[in-house]
Amino acid sequence: MCGIVGLFLKDRALEDRLGEMLSDMLVTMTDRGPDSAGIAVYGKAVPGRVKVTIQCDTPGADFPALDVLVRDVAGEMASIAVKDTHAVVELSREKADPLRAALAAAPQTFRIMSVGETMEIYKETGLPKDVVSRFSIRQMRGTHGIGHTRMATESAVTTLGAHPFSTGDDQCLVHNGSLSNHNNLRRDLVRQGITFETENDSEVAAAYLTARMRAGSNLGEALTSALDDLDGFFTFVVGTKTGFGVLRDPIACKPAVMAETERYVAFGSEYRALVGLPGIENARVWEPEPASVYFWDRDGATGQAMLAA
Amino acid sequence: MPAFDLAATPLRDLNQALHAVTPKTNDRAFEIRNPRGSHAVAVGCSEPVTVAVHGSVGYYCGGMNAAADITIHGSAGPGVAENMMSGRVVVEGDASQYAGATGRGGLLVIKGNASSRCGISMKGIDIVVGGNVGHMSAFMGQSGHLVVCGDAGEALGDSLYEAKLFVRGKVKSLGADCIEKEMRPEHLQALERLLAEAGMTDIEPTEFRRYGSARKLYTFNIDNADAY
Repeated sequence: MCGIVGLFLKDRALEDRLGEMLSDMLVTMTDRGPDSAGIAVYGKAVPGRVKVTIQCDTPGADFPALDVLVRDVAGEMASIAVKDTHAVVELSREKADPLRAALAAAPQTFRIMSVGETMEIYKETGLPKDVVSRFSIRQMRGTHGIGHTRMATESAVTTLGAHPFSTGDDQCLVHNGSLSNHNNLRRDLVRQGITFETENDSEVAAAYLTARMRAGSNLGEALTSALDDLDGFFTFVVGTKTGFGVLRDPIACKPAVMAETERYVAFGSEYRALVGLPGIENARVWEPEPASVYFWDRDGATGQAMLAA
Repeated sequence: MPAFDLAATPLRDLNQALHAVTPKTNDRAFEIRNPRGSHAVAVGCSEPVTVAVHGSVGYYCGGMNAAADITIHGSAGPGVAENMMSGRVVVEGDASQYAGATGRGGLLVIKGNASSRCGISMKGIDIVVGGNVGHMSAFMGQSGHLVVCGDAGEALGDSLYEAKLFVRGKVKSLGADCIEKEMRPEHLQALERLLAEAGMTDIEPTEFRRYGSARKLYTFNIDNADAY
């Protein structure tokens, strides 16, 4: 099954409440999947800086070593904010790759959840209510975010197998469904130089979109080409630094409901996830069409949807 | 008049109250507020009660309905009136996928649009949709009527048995073994009755086209005996 939610704010006055609204939406979807939960929040960018969100199963024992490692790479200009098993390291952009290399070489198991100017990803096994409270998601502010609660089918129930998947800076994807050609596609993407952390099919979808956007497509174009190249069942919600997209496969058996008002665009696996949003009574509520790309971008015109051929 | 506020009362209390209705019960008009997308609202009603649901519901509202008259003043999630036996379910808004699936009788009215697989495997239910239906509607429909006042999506009536399909707008494509058929007087009469029952009297039966089974897929053809 799986439950997915997404919220893209148009009204800046709601940004203080993004974490709270998204948390409520995700917790409502708990009974669609109890295995793991995750959330991506797009916050404020600091020019020239990136945020690297790092997970460790033994934070008490190993985060002191992370502190030393970060200082070695980036000196005193880096900051580290620890939340439970996750640590968000903020440092100058050119230090991100050296940090990646140092983390990979460290004797401890540090996993990179996300890298980006604005995006932070928090995910763990367990229920949405626990994940949301462990990482104080309700207190987070931001422009948009997506969340997922997982009923595992294609790969193990682990932290890395939880959604959202991030395969590029400030990019993430959540998926309800299952892909049938992910092994082939993964081989193609590996040849293009993309690395994978898991055996999970959804990670392949994320990496596919990353590869398309790297090749110059915008989010809408990347999603449109996914209809040709991905085989299987999917409802995706995708975030980029400024964008928010939704795509359903042509069979469209995985549920999806969207709502739009002048203040926000919201996505839920079910209408239940949306009922607490402000002004939902008067929102335009609809089921996204099969094989149709919907995307919104803060940099472009607000509110775009397009039908694929 | 029994009233249930689902923001304060568990859903199970509502459904148990509906199931406790007997032929001797006098109070037969149920009012439901704040459904907030709940699943399985008013499923399994077996007495002629009226149920007014004020708001949108989740999965399977009015499922297995027998005899009750249920109106959803909002939209419905997947599987509204699934396996309905008799009675009536009215959705004032839109309905999600597989509305009226496997229904054996009764009338399902969707005033807005229905999604994919509307009336899949219908077995005697009548479904009237004010707007459009999505792809694979009436897939393997065995009997009953599907009336679509708007357009139909891809593969309408795929692998159809004897359900009768009427579409007023465009049909994106017909499914395997589904063909357009002649509209005869008895079909116009049936349409007029269904539209009247659904309260859609501003639409003329003559504006529709009829679709049904070519009967090549589900009947045994002796010429193919060697293939088995």
